[in-house]
Amino acid sequence: MTRFVLRRLIALIAILFCISVGAFFLIHLLPGDPTVTILGPNDTPENRNALLKELGLNLPLWQQYLTWIWNVLQGNLGQSFITHQSVSKIISSAFPIDLELIILSQIMALGFSIPLAIASARRPNGLLDRASTTTSFGMLAIPPFILIVVLVLLFSIHLHIFPGPGSYVPFQQDPISNLHTMILPAIVLMVGSTTIYFRLLRADLIATLQQDFITVARSKGLSDRYIMWRHALRPSSLSLLASAGLNISGLVAGAFVVEYLLAIPGLGFELVNSIQQVDYLSVQSITLFVAVVIVLINFIIDFLFTVVDPRIARE
Amino acid sequence: MTMASERSENFPIHDENPGPLLKVRDLRTTFTTPRGKLNAVDGVSFDLARGETLGIVGESGSGKTVLSRSIMSLLPRSGLEQSGSIEFEGIEMLSATPDVLRTLWGAKISMVFQDPMTSLNPVVRIGRQITESLRLHTGMDKTEANAMAVSLLTQVGIPSPEQRVRNYPHQLSGGMRQRVMIAIALACSPRLVLADEPTTSLDVTVQAQILDVLAKLQEERHMSVILVSHDLGVVATRTDRIAVMYGGRIVEIAPTDRLFRAMAMPYTKALVASTPRLSQPSHVRLTAIEGRPPDLVHLPKGCAFSPRCSYATDKCHSEVPPLTASRDNASHLFACWNPLPSTPVAITTTPGSSAS
Amino acid sequence: MSNIPTAADSIPALTGSSDIAKKKRFDVGLVFWIFTLWIAITVLAAIFASLLGLQDPNQGNYDILNQGPTTAHWFGTDDLGRDIFSRVIYGARVSLTVGFGALTIGMIIGGTLGMIAAYRRGPVDIIVSSASYVMLAFPALVAVIAIVAFWGHEIWKITIIIGVASIPLVFRVVRAATLSYATRDFVTAAKSQGATDWRIITKELFPNVLPAIISFYLIGVASVIILEGALAFLGLSVQPPTASWGNMISESRTYLSQNPWLVLFPSLAMVFFLVALNLIGDILRSTLDVQESQL
Repeated sequence: MTRFVLRRLIALIAILFCISVGAFFLIHLLPGDPTVTILGPNDTPENRNALLKELGLNLPLWQQYLTWIWNVLQGNLGQSFITHQSVSKIISSAFPIDLELIILSQIMALGFSIPLAIASARRPNGLLDRASTTTSFGMLAIPPFILIVVLVLLFSIHLHIFPGPGSYVPFQQDPISNLHTMILPAIVLMVGSTTIYFRLLRADLIATLQQDFITVARSKGLSDRYIMWRHALRPSSLSLLASAGLNISGLVAGAFVVEYLLAIPGLGFELVNSIQQVDYLSVQSITLFVAVVIVLINFIIDFLFTVVDPRIARE
Repeated sequence: MTMASERSENFPIHDENPGPLLKVRDLRTTFTTPRGKLNAVDGVSFDLARGETLGIVGESGSGKTVLSRSIMSLLPRSGLEQSGSIEFEGIEMLSATPDVLRTLWGAKISMVFQDPMTSLNPVVRIGRQITESLRLHTGMDKTEANAMAVSLLTQVGIPSPEQRVRNYPHQLSGGMRQRVMIAIALACSPRLVLADEPTTSLDVTVQAQILDVLAKLQEERHMSVILVSHDLGVVATRTDRIAVMYGGRIVEIAPTDRLFRAMAMPYTKALVASTPRLSQPSHVRLTAIEGRPPDLVHLPKGCAFSPRCSYATDKCHSEVPPLTASRDNASHLFACWNPLPSTPVAITTTPGSSAS
Repeated sequence: MSNIPTAADSIPALTGSSDIAKKKRFDVGLVFWIFTLWIAITVLAAIFASLLGLQDPNQGNYDILNQGPTTAHWFGTDDLGRDIFSRVIYGARVSLTVGFGALTIGMIIGGTLGMIAAYRRGPVDIIVSSASYVMLAFPALVAVIAIVAFWGHEIWKITIIIGVASIPLVFRVVRAATLSYATRDFVTAAKSQGATDWRIITKELFPNVLPAIISFYLIGVASVIILEGALAFLGLSVQPPTASWGNMISESRTYLSQNPWLVLFPSLAMVFFLVALNLIGDILRSTLDVQESQL
C-alpha cells in the first residue's frame, strides 16, 4: 500500500513538472504583446523596453521559467501585470466559488443518476428504463450554453425563481442568497454529469446483476433493495469513477463557461479576462493551479478505486 | 421473521411433521428462447426424505441445474413457464410469493453454487457475506452473528477464522472459497441444501475435502442434501439415492447401492463406463458416450436417449417410455423399453462396485 | 477427470446469452437511417451552401429587421435584417469543419499512436502513455482558450488547436480498444506466420478496432461542436459577421425575449445534429458490440 502511494506520488510530481513547463511555454511561445495591453498601442519603443525589463520579460525564456517556478514553489504566484493584484489573492477568492459550483453540481448529479440507474437496471428495457435512456440521450446533445439561455429565460425572466446573470452574492455575505444564485449554474453543470453517470452506472449494474454472486445473494433471502445497494452498486461503480476522473477537466471547463456567461466571479471568469488582457503571469499561474487541482482530484480518484475494489490495491 | 427459533448452537432437529421434506410432482420448466420453447425440466417427480442425500447426475444439458434452481424457485422470471408442484415442508414453492420465498431462502433451503470464484462478492468481506443471512433470518445482533461466522468457518475447516472474516474473497484459494460458500449456505442451518456441482471447478485433491465437510455438517444437523453433479464418481459414495437425468427427465432413480448393482437404463451404464475409477487399472479405456446430448428445444421422438442407444428398437424411437418401478424393487424406477438384463445374478459383472 | 463435458447446463436464461446475439448482424432499424439521412443533408447543405441559391448570409436589409418566419425568410431575419435560414446553413460550415476536421486530426495522430502503443507495448507505450496523461491533466479548455486568444480566430487555426487537444483522449480510447485485441490468438498466429508489424496493425488490428473508432469519432465530433460553440460564447471563435451556430446563439441571446427564433433556429440545428451524431454513434457501438466504458 505504501509503495502504491509512493509510486503514484512520484508520478504526480513528474506530471506537475511537465504541466508547469507546458503552462509556461504555451503562453510565452504564443504571439501577443503584454506591453500593448498595458501601455496602449501608441507608446514609444523605449517605454515598452523599460516595461519589459521591469516585468522581467526581456530575460531568456528558461530564466523566466526558473524565476517563476522558484517563486511558485515558495507560494508566491506573482502579481497581475495589469491590475497588480496578487495572483494568489485572485485564486483564493475565486477558487472557492468554482469548488462550490462543482461540488453542488456533482451532489445533484449523483443524487439523480444513482437512483435512476438502479431503477432502470432493475427492469432493463422496461418503461422507466427506456424513458430515462432516451431522455439522457437528448440531454447529452444539449450544449451547456444553450441550456443556460433556456434556463435563464424560463426561471429568471419568466418565472422569477432564480436570479439572472450578474446577481452573484458571496457566501460569507449571505449563504442563503448565495446558494439561491448558485443553483441555476449548478443545474447547468449537473445535466451533463448526470447523463454520463446514469448511462455508465446503468450499463454496469445490468452487467453486475447477471453475476453469480447476485444469485447467491438472492439465495440467502436478501431483499432486492438490499442486494442492489449492498451487493451490486459498489462493484458497478468502477466505470463511473473512471469517467469522473476523465471528465473532471471537462467539468472544470464547463464551470468556466457557465461562470463567464452568468458573470460569477470564479476562476473561469478571471481566467478569460486575464487571457483577453494578455496577462501572462495570471494566465500561467491560474492554469498551473487548475492543472494541479485536476491532477490532485485524479489522484484521489485513483485512491478511491482501491477503496471501491479491494482487488486493485494488490496489483 | 418466522425462523427465529433456530438460534442455539446445537441445531435442534425438526421432525414435527412427518413425511417427506420435499415433494416434487410432474415438474415442468420451459424457457422461451429465440429458437423456440426449451423444455429444461420435463415432468420430474420425486420425494426427498428428511436427512436424505439425493444425487442427481447427468451430462450437461440434461436439465439437472435447472431442476435444482427450480426447486429453489430461483430462476429468472422472464420467458419462464413452470407447471407441476414443488412442496417443501408443506409450502407450495411454485405459487409462493417472493416474500414467502425470501423467508425460506437461506433459512430453510440454501444452495452451494458451482464456481466459488464467481459466487462470492469480490468487494464484500467474507464475514459480512456470512453474517448477512444470519442477521436477516435469525435476528442475531452484529456481535452474535460475527461470533457465529467465526464458528462456522471453523466448522468448515478454515484455519485462523478470526482473521479470515475480515478478508476479501480474492485473498482465499478456490477450495477455501468453496468452504466459505458452504458456511454461507449452512449459516442458518437450513433443512435442505442444494449443492450444484459444488466441486466441479476445484482440484481433484480438494474435491474430496469439500464433500467431506459437507457430509459431516449434514450429519450433525440432520439436513437433506441434493447433490447435483455430472460425475457419478462424486455422488456414488456420498448419496442415499441417485436420480439419473437425461433430456430434462429422470430416466432412472434408485437407492445408490441398488443402482450400481442393478442399473436398468443403458444411459446409466454408459455414464458409469465413462467415469474413471481409482479401482480400475490405469490402462482400462474409458468409453465416451457416442453422439451428443439431446437438443432440449427439439427433443427426439420417443426415448430421448434412443438416437445414441445401442439397444434401441423401433418402439424406443417412437414412444416415450414411462418411469416405472422395477419388478423386484419398488424403490427402483426407470424409463426404458429395453432395460438391461438386471437379474440380480447378472449384476456382478457390472463395474462400479465402489459404492458398496 | 471425466470425458463428459464439464460445463454447466447451458440454458440461455441462466447464462444470459441468446443464440441471436451471437450472430453479428448489422440490424440497426429505421431510426438509425433517419438520423443518418439528417446528417447527410446537413453536411451536403453546408458543403454546397453557395449553390443553393440562398440569400447572402451577411447582407443586411434594414427594411426587414427582426422579422418572424415568413415565406421569403423561412427562419425569419435577425437584428440586421439578415436571413437566418441562410445563416444557419452557412453557420453549419464552421461548426462542421471544426468538428470533423479536429477529430480527423485527432484520429490520424492519436489513433495511429494508440494502435502502435498497444501493439508494441514496452518503452514506446510507456512514453506515449505518460505524455497522454500529462496532456489530459492539462485543462484542455484553458489551453484552447489561451492559444486561440493569442494565436487567432481563423477557422483552420481553431480546427488545428482543438484537433491537437483531442489527441490524448483519442489515443487512450484507441489504445484501450486495441489492447483487448493485441493479445488475442489471431494476432499471435499472424506473428508466428511471419507477418510484418505493419501488416498486423493494418490487416488484423485495425478492422477489429474500427467499430470503437467510428463510434468514438461520431461522439467526439459532437463534443467538438459543443466546444466550438463554447468558444463562440467566449468571443473566441470565428469573428462576426461570419456565422457559426455558436456565435449566432451567443450574439442573439440578449434579444431572446423579443425575438426568440433568433436563438431557436440555430439551437435546433445544433441540437438535432448533436442528437443525430450521438445516436448513430451509440447504435453503432451497441450493434458492433463495443463496451460503453471504453468510450
